[in-house]
Amino acid sequence: VEPSVSAAPRQRTPRIVHDEPTSVDRWFDRITLGSGLLVLLLLTLVGVFLLLRSREAFQVTGIVNFLTRESWRTDVHPPRIGVLGLLVGTVMVALVAITIAMPFSIIAALFIAEYASPRSRRYLTALVDLLAAIPSLIFGIWGFLVLSSQIVPLSEWLTTHLGWIPIFATDAGARLTGSVFIAGIVVAFMVVPIITSVVREVFAQTPPGEKEAALALGSTRWGMIRAVVLPYGRGGIIGGGMLGLGRALGETIAVALLLPQVPEVSIKILQNGGATVAGFIAQRAGGDPFTVSGLMAAGLVLFVMTLATNMIASVVVARSRSGAGVEV
Amino acid sequence: MSSVQEPTLAPLPAASARRERIPRRPREYTAIDIATMVGCALSAVAICWLLFDVLGQGMGWFGFVVVAFILYLVLQFFVTSDRLGVMAAKDRVATTIVTTGSIVLMIPLVWLIGYVTVKGLQALRPTFFVKDQTGITPILPSTAGGGSHAIVGTIEQVGLALLWSLPLGLLAAIFLNESRSKWRRPVRIFVDAMSGLPSIVAGLFIFATLILPFAKKSSLFSFNGFMASLALAMVMLPTITRTVEVVIRLVPNGLREAGLALGASRARTVWSVVIPTARTGITTAVVLGIARVVGETAPLLFTAFGYDLMNKNPFSGPQESLPLFVYRNIRKPDVSAIQRGFAGALVLTFIVLALFGVARYIGRDRSRAQARRLKRTRA
Repeated sequence: VEPSVSAAPRQRTPRIVHDEPTSVDRWFDRITLGSGLLVLLLLTLVGVFLLLRSREAFQVTGIVNFLTRESWRTDVHPPRIGVLGLLVGTVMVALVAITIAMPFSIIAALFIAEYASPRSRRYLTALVDLLAAIPSLIFGIWGFLVLSSQIVPLSEWLTTHLGWIPIFATDAGARLTGSVFIAGIVVAFMVVPIITSVVREVFAQTPPGEKEAALALGSTRWGMIRAVVLPYGRGGIIGGGMLGLGRALGETIAVALLLPQVPEVSIKILQNGGATVAGFIAQRAGGDPFTVSGLMAAGLVLFVMTLATNMIASVVVARSRSGAGVEV
Repeated sequence: MSSVQEPTLAPLPAASARRERIPRRPREYTAIDIATMVGCALSAVAICWLLFDVLGQGMGWFGFVVVAFILYLVLQFFVTSDRLGVMAAKDRVATTIVTTGSIVLMIPLVWLIGYVTVKGLQALRPTFFVKDQTGITPILPSTAGGGSHAIVGTIEQVGLALLWSLPLGLLAAIFLNESRSKWRRPVRIFVDAMSGLPSIVAGLFIFATLILPFAKKSSLFSFNGFMASLALAMVMLPTITRTVEVVIRLVPNGLREAGLALGASRARTVWSVVIPTARTGITTAVVLGIARVVGETAPLLFTAFGYDLMNKNPFSGPQESLPLFVYRNIRKPDVSAIQRGFAGALVLTFIVLALFGVARYIGRDRSRAQARRLKRTRA
């Protein structure tokens, strides 16, 4: 203690605490905020620029015509282009993919979360992530050259025996390769790991107490899964499915290889034909300015569609009881 | 298990007169269970064979397997419910479905990698890594020429993409975690939405904003590797941001508070405490980001465009990359080009798998290894 202080009568003065940020911190805040906003801006710019570039196509055809016309013809004058045939194809491929992928994903997630031993659980999780990392191009090649010929007999059987169901009907003498069904199966392989990892994470967060309660009451393992794990993970299952749907809608290269990319409105999924927005864009890359403008418009529709699906998926997962801490 | 007390409740007289119920845990597998499973499988195959033989027309081997599997499930259900009750039977059937379903899911993976390896090795020669497609005509064998131009293109494009997206992704992740700005929520939503952006839209965006308006004025904004790297960066950015964010969130708050209590500014705390702590996680994020984009073809169609010869300058002229090389060759009509495509596909698959392995190795759980080391030093 300094002598000068002890000599004077003791007087309490509150110490002044500086809590305003230093200039370094102010710059830190500005820079990080700036980069955050830049990310925000980037996505907005994508929408704005696609809209600007597609103006020509919209002006020539009219927005309503563009959205409701099936064919895509730039050889006539004025060009008659529309996105409906592409949209129907995109949705059909995505629906086929999700219908096949969902049961397999839930089964795989259940196996990893509830059936596998803790040791093999780690490896299986890694394997699912690995499946997600394989480029879609490789899946496309494999589907195009190998899987396609293996599925044709199945398509034949389906159309002969279940042809009375409208989606399994085919025109007489139609080829069964390059169909929406085959493309959907290949896309299903690509979305399974994405759905599985979300669903698995949700299942893994099931409160152990509730699981043990079910087992203690005499339930079998399957009874416990039905009573506790599946209801708890419902939000995650729906959200994971939506996320997979978003991926399936935007899938490009595999579909570009597998489908003939002829826009049409048809629900005959077993026969050759069909096109998706992304695959069509990939195949027509680099054309005359008007075609490019039309592709931009199609891209804009795809952009809006996938964005909406993904947003709904994140909201569903975040709102559900199980998904609060899950990264989608 | 043997110490578990058998239920003392006596079975109803009527039931015991019919059959003695054996109380047991449904998860255990006894010799009888295994015999049941084998028996069910054999009968299922036999019935199925009979069925297909009698009906005369099948769906091929695929149909046989499916029908036999369904028969197996039915048989297993009835045999088990007869012996152990309906509840145990349902559990058994569910176990069978879940286990076989997961194994079936692995078959395509093995098939896929095996196929690409076998096909790729036929055309892959060491010259693939040093030659480009100079003077290649359709009549030349698939082992002629190579894909060095594609490999160089991939390395340059992905490297540049990392250069753009890593700083931005890192700063955005820090923003999401270390600031208390009201903009965090919208930014997080947008990052999530961006990770679902179809990659072809990213390519289309770069094409619409930079290439279309400026291509005539400068070769920098024409089809080239630089444009491709921008498109890839858009795909990479959300992956890096989200992975880094998760890792930074795991840094204990006590470390941050310790840094701040020592009088460091928040910027200094992030730089000297948070980032070094999360270093391995950030490395993993980088590797995963690279693995995410290295196989992307769609965004390159509008940006790098593809080129058959070596172009080492990413800032001028169309450039090849491995996925583009594969895509373009696979679609050609001649057999040797398709085989060349497979060689590229094999190299690409190998790169992705290797990157993935590296990411797992860096991000591995070190607590166990550390505990072992600690035990050794103490002993």
